[in-house]
Amino acid sequence: MAVSSSSFLSTPSLSNSKSKSTISFSSSISSFRHVVFRSSTTTPSHRRAMTVRSKIREIFMPALSSTMTEGKIVSWIKTEGEKLSKGESVVVVESDKADMDVETFYDGYLAAIVVGEGESAPVGAAIGLLAETEAEIEEAKSKAASKSSSSSAPADSAEAVVPSPPPATSSPAPAIAQPSPVTETVSDGLRKTVATPYAKKLAKQHKVDIGSVAGTGPFGRITASDVEAAAGIAPSVASPPPPPPAATTPTAKAKASTTNSPPPLPGASIVPFTAMQSAVSKNMIESLSVPTFRVGYPVNTDALDALYEKVKPKGVTMTALLAKAVGMALAQHPVVNASCKDGKSFSYNGSINVAVAVAIGGGLITPVLEDADKLDLYLLSQKWKELVGKARSKQLQPHEYNSGTFTLSNLGMFGVDRFDAILPPGQGAIMAVGASKPTVVADKDGFFSVKNKMMVNVTADHRIVYGADLAAFLQTFAKIVENPDSLTL
Amino acid sequence: MQSAITLPFSQTPLTRPNHVLGSTNSIFSTPRSLRFCGLRREAFGSSSPSNHLSLRSDRVRIPSRRFQVSAASSSNGAPPKSFDYDLIIIGAGVGGHGAALHAVEKGLKTAIIEGDVVGGTCVNRGCVPSKALLAVSGRMRELQNEHHMKSFGLQVSAAGYDRQGVADHANNLATKIRNNLTNSMKALGVDILTGFGSVLGPQKVKYGKDNIITAKNIIIATGSVPFVPKGIEVDGKTVITSDHALKLESVPDWIAIVGSGYIGLEFSDVYTALGSEVTFIEALDQLMPGFDPEISKLAQRVLINPRNIDYHTGVFASKITPAKDGKPVMIELIDAKTKEHKDTLEVDAALIATGRAPFTNGLGLENVNVVTQRGFIPVDERMRVIDGNGKLVPNLYCIGDANGKLMLAHAASAQGISVVEQVTGRDHVLNHLSIPAACFTHPEISMVGLTEPQAREKGEKEGFKVSVAKTSFKANTKALAENEGEGIAKMIYRPDNGEILGVHIFGLHAADLIHEASNAIALGTRIQDIKLAVHAHPTLSEVVDELFKAAKVEGHATASTVSEKVAA
Repeated sequence: MAVSSSSFLSTPSLSNSKSKSTISFSSSISSFRHVVFRSSTTTPSHRRAMTVRSKIREIFMPALSSTMTEGKIVSWIKTEGEKLSKGESVVVVESDKADMDVETFYDGYLAAIVVGEGESAPVGAAIGLLAETEAEIEEAKSKAASKSSSSSAPADSAEAVVPSPPPATSSPAPAIAQPSPVTETVSDGLRKTVATPYAKKLAKQHKVDIGSVAGTGPFGRITASDVEAAAGIAPSVASPPPPPPAATTPTAKAKASTTNSPPPLPGASIVPFTAMQSAVSKNMIESLSVPTFRVGYPVNTDALDALYEKVKPKGVTMTALLAKAVGMALAQHPVVNASCKDGKSFSYNGSINVAVAVAIGGGLITPVLEDADKLDLYLLSQKWKELVGKARSKQLQPHEYNSGTFTLSNLGMFGVDRFDAILPPGQGAIMAVGASKPTVVADKDGFFSVKNKMMVNVTADHRIVYGADLAAFLQTFAKIVENPDSLTL
Repeated sequence: MQSAITLPFSQTPLTRPNHVLGSTNSIFSTPRSLRFCGLRREAFGSSSPSNHLSLRSDRVRIPSRRFQVSAASSSNGAPPKSFDYDLIIIGAGVGGHGAALHAVEKGLKTAIIEGDVVGGTCVNRGCVPSKALLAVSGRMRELQNEHHMKSFGLQVSAAGYDRQGVADHANNLATKIRNNLTNSMKALGVDILTGFGSVLGPQKVKYGKDNIITAKNIIIATGSVPFVPKGIEVDGKTVITSDHALKLESVPDWIAIVGSGYIGLEFSDVYTALGSEVTFIEALDQLMPGFDPEISKLAQRVLINPRNIDYHTGVFASKITPAKDGKPVMIELIDAKTKEHKDTLEVDAALIATGRAPFTNGLGLENVNVVTQRGFIPVDERMRVIDGNGKLVPNLYCIGDANGKLMLAHAASAQGISVVEQVTGRDHVLNHLSIPAACFTHPEISMVGLTEPQAREKGEKEGFKVSVAKTSFKANTKALAENEGEGIAKMIYRPDNGEILGVHIFGLHAADLIHEASNAIALGTRIQDIKLAVHAHPTLSEVVDELFKAAKVEGHATASTVSEKVAA
């Protein structure tokens, strides 16, 4: 082909696009793909209710990262009944860290979507069904329908299963006999529900029964903000036990929410966790099982500040300087870079990978500077910029955020003088860096002077790192920062 | 009838030069921008020096006189026939304008009658102002898409808009194009006659109150108006047609759009970008009927699903009442097949985009025994009007929306040119399958020729094989540089002889990309020839280039091309 002879054309020629993955139209992470289809015949006892005779395959929620336990369907690229060819992207899944395309390894038809857009499912749960032939689509659909009503699959409504193309031919008649406890008085049960398109979309996403939302928009209609306000009641709808007949659900729900927690203050809006927030929450709870202790250390930063001024024009950031210093100190104290996972043994990590905490819109992520001790300052700075960019656009690859062996968290830029970080599970220590501030110090001869000092505070796993280890590490770290010339070598 | 001619023959050449001289000073200022709606570019081709133009109209005038002389001398012995004009066009829309410019070029003395404003629907209430709104919506969409901006490394603070400013942009554009259009006709010496025109009899037209003029040939180009199904009450405020919507007097929070064709789709793009929520009401079972099914499926995924849009398909809006007495706009939906009541919608506004109806009332068609069909004027393939007995009406033509063949501005213009070719002695039949169409959403949709199902049906009937080639914008360097890799192009063709049957594009600048294909269809260029043409790299045009190269024509296949057969 003429075009492919051009050396500037980096993309593959599309002449045989059918068999190539480039045909996928969704988000840009196309290099990271997973096998997600396996035959349901191989899953023991998974859905015993269905007789598995024909070639109907379940589409499973893939595990896109080691920490992922559930994923959210961002969008279905294919619609029900659509023909799939091997290698085509079928669905976009939001894991705890990124949005990823998932493609099929089988030809066939997307028979049924079990978990709709905006809904979540645990890793390994069926999110859709793939029929080998068109004739099997109907069969698959009925399976999907029986599945959602008889199992604890996260598909919470038949609407996600029944292939009715218009999602809103009529607002579903509210299956509720009494008003929901969270919303204000909605006593006119006969009133027709009017919800705007965006409100319906949000309701579906957050699994809010639109019939239970009080509309405050013009003419009493339900607007997007009404659904958002009501979204807090969503989680109890998809409770693990098989849903009892619809009419009793709200009663159970009402009891649960009144007994377990006080009702939210008027005007409060309840926002369900995003996938990232869920992941953070899970990790934080997990961290409680690790016995940690903390050691603080004041570090003189005059020399570091001077160096920073010098290298700043070359694109070096303070983060890179600190990461480099940490990396060099860790190289001398490998135990601080170790990790204990099972409580019985611990491992010295082969490389020093410094994870740095970054706040991004609505979440927290820790891109990793790999081999922080070996890479030079300029490469580190460059790498860091790249990682931050990727993190902001949700395009970090799993190894770029979960391979850290030590974490650095810096709140100095806010003027925080010292703080205490929570040790992320799977790592040996985390360093919390405060602001560098002019401080009056007295030297050993009793002379006063003003020096820039910053407080660093390290939290460590006491099962493997002891007080003296940490103190010695900090001393090394302080020495490197106070004589920072070695950082630029 | 001929005795009714009152103007002396000699007067014609006397009045015309004055007119031409008088109007050459007001030569339009920006001719290059005049490519909207298929306005013919060659009319402005040599517009830079003004004397050039007047020279041109001189040149034009001379054959015009000669033509009349020869006409008179050829009717040897018969009573002398003379007409006020060689050609009268009723309706100064884009179709009439295209015909007028070409007529002047061919040396015809031409007049154009306009009862409203020059420019017609396209310029004043259609394609032109809507492009202004879509230009705004495209930018808003881009600026609001933080992810998109960040992927460029750009930081933009919250984007907002001023409704009146947007509306003014649309209005100013329409005014500018209208002036350009008027000036271009004046400059070439076309008489613009103001008033409502109607046909009095063969070769005779009335305009205004009681001005009667004659012409050798008459073209009806009266266009169309928005079609409003019965039961729908349009108040121009909350229940509106495209005529009102283009003024953008309000941006409702929630607007229902009845009809999901070009017009509805483009407005949904505008309204959602400006913050409205949209509900589509479509009578057919699928959104975007009329597009190639594969394209409409993808378009729905990109243009409908991610936006704040929901839809009801397979339903008619049987009754729509405007907002009044503190009540919102009420829309009664009935099932399209069973006619049973299905739902009632309450929205802030409703846009009726159910298509357009021909504007042919009061045209005096009964004087020439022409019966309209659902308002459309029946014509043959040469745009010659057919009367109630199925016979051709001599010297009477109808182009554009009024004949309903293909309701597109540039189709009207092309039909007008075709008519002028015929009346000046060169037989011409326009190939409607070579006329491209475009929908200016973000990204755009464009098409020419047959859809895949149409092509397969034709292939089955006529016994030829049909193949399909597809390419993706995702493989195009320029599209990726713009971070706009979403989209496909597909070509439907005959593998036995390399004829292009249809091309459909959905993606960045699709409307501009289609012309390579439409030109190939119009000129009969075969794939095996056009695939050797060179395209600059990196450009979006390579998407189309890839299509040609991906096609496999029997007997012309090369090792590097692989065709893709799509299972029927």
